[in-house]
Amino acid sequence: MTDENPYQPWIAKIISIKEEASGERAIKTFRLEFQDEEVKKKFTFLPGQCIMVSVFGTGESMFAISSSPTQKDYIEVSVMRYGKLTKALHLKEEGELVGARGPYGNSFKIDEWKGKDILFLGGGIGQAPLRSVINYCKDNRKDYGKIDIVYGARTSLDLCYKDEFAEMSKKDDLSIHLSIDVEEEGWDQFVGFVPDNLKRLNPSPKNTIAITCGPPIMIKFVIQNLLELGFKEDQVYTTLEMRMKCGIGICGRCNIGNLYVCKDGPVFSYDQIKDIQGDM
Amino acid sequence: MEQLTLPKEKLPELLGEIGSKFELIGPKEENGFLAFRKINDPKEVNLDILLSRVPPKSLIFQQTETLFTYAKGKDSKVQTPKIDESVRVIFGIRPCDARGYDIIDPVFMGKKEGDYIDPFYTKKRNRSILIGLSCNEPDTNCFCTSFDDSPANTKHVDILFTDIGDTYFVEVVTEKGEDLIKNLSKIFSKATEKESTIRKETERAAIKAISRKMNTEGTVEKLDKMFDHEFWVETARSCIGCGICTYLCPTCHCFDIQDESTLKLGGRVRVWDSCMYEEYTHHASGHNPRPSRMNRVRNRVYHKFNYFPKNDGIFGCTGCGRCIDYCPVNIDIIEVIDKVKEANI
Repeated sequence: MTDENPYQPWIAKIISIKEEASGERAIKTFRLEFQDEEVKKKFTFLPGQCIMVSVFGTGESMFAISSSPTQKDYIEVSVMRYGKLTKALHLKEEGELVGARGPYGNSFKIDEWKGKDILFLGGGIGQAPLRSVINYCKDNRKDYGKIDIVYGARTSLDLCYKDEFAEMSKKDDLSIHLSIDVEEEGWDQFVGFVPDNLKRLNPSPKNTIAITCGPPIMIKFVIQNLLELGFKEDQVYTTLEMRMKCGIGICGRCNIGNLYVCKDGPVFSYDQIKDIQGDM
Repeated sequence: MEQLTLPKEKLPELLGEIGSKFELIGPKEENGFLAFRKINDPKEVNLDILLSRVPPKSLIFQQTETLFTYAKGKDSKVQTPKIDESVRVIFGIRPCDARGYDIIDPVFMGKKEGDYIDPFYTKKRNRSILIGLSCNEPDTNCFCTSFDDSPANTKHVDILFTDIGDTYFVEVVTEKGEDLIKNLSKIFSKATEKESTIRKETERAAIKAISRKMNTEGTVEKLDKMFDHEFWVETARSCIGCGICTYLCPTCHCFDIQDESTLKLGGRVRVWDSCMYEEYTHHASGHNPRPSRMNRVRNRVYHKFNYFPKNDGIFGCTGCGRCIDYCPVNIDIIEVIDKVKEANI
């Protein structure tokens, strides 16, 4: 990612690791700090953009940046342990060094959305890119209208950012609506899928932007329900995912039709992708 | 454009001189196939076989390339290897293969402000002087003329040699080519009017000798309406997914990136990859957007004849015919495009 070699990452230190979810589908949030002062100063991004994280000897993978650009000292990625790279990353400890290059891709249109109500609809690890936007809106609270966060996971153990939601709900400038898929003892919030929680909440589409991120099947029904609630196609935003290697539009594999998700995405409005022809 | 001639018997002298001053790459026979290799002795150069099996794309976009090296652990650091920028002469490249570079240049070298630039490709491209060689006797599956190209096209090389009997007709196309000629002994003569006429006749005869034609008119628009057509299932039925069509294609540019390391040191290496492989798009979650051969064959055809035109305004095909020549199950891209045109939608 130096000027002369876009493939070469910068060295970043893991300054803290937070366990978000435990069990088989463990999720950790890694806080990274670039070691080169100049890079640290220069590095800027927008909510929705991604970063390639390297574990030297294993490889690299693309992750949504889950921290907000208003936090300038570090960047965070929330990673579910799943494949080769994410398993290697989960073995890393605080103080260890990794590589990072970016930021890549387009972003959520946070400037255009000033003055609007924002409805977040997240599922599982899909909450990661939404967290960046949520914290951005929170830090620029007066620029945005009503904020609703609808977030669900399989079980309460799979829910990310629980302490942050608890902290947020102490103030009354935004509403949080959590859900889990099946009944659990001690759970006093909604039980069921995110699309159903959305239906129950019945939000008004007026002057509202809906952003959804999560498993494909959830996105599908969330969008269907949003349209039923009267949301227009250009009021609905989501992100797409594909396997990536270079992250800069050269290696070829992340195409959906003639678009490369790494540079033309990952953020798309529903009207941009509803008729897209491509393998997804 | 300066027009010169060189008696054929003086070619070894010329190549010898180039080789003594610069790195010289040329076509060489290897295991019965032609390959572009470093030339140490002009006698090694083989101009009898028309096309190399692996296109000279490999000279600019290497099959394997170390992107950077690293130290792991507490003292992690990364370093980009030095990329050679000294002049290198590629002799004997065919016009269609030289055109292949022009097609993939925007992918690696960017096309607009803010695009990322691949330094490995760019520096190799810039250090290379291309001396092309016209194809007087095209092969059975040549169809460069379907893309407004010609077996004696000067447009994509720095200097073009055309065999006109006992002599080579030499056209100096670019400044890079002029500089090279200036750097060499004066063994060239000025071309005569008559020689120029023979050169034109040679090109006309070569064009005439190309028997195959791909009719690309309207293909982009037709493909727009055919993504879900059953035709793709039928077309992919015989494909065995070997990937040879992509490895030998002068315009395929996909690659994989892999780490190779010991306990403390390592390198990140890029290697050619192919969209014909199942793993190519396989997500860690197990989901695969292109799970069957149908998806992958369709993607290859769309990339060349729909996505390339949409993104770069050009078909991703040079008409070299390699994918037809080497396909073990006789999938013929000209026939595929013909059938696209005939398909009912």
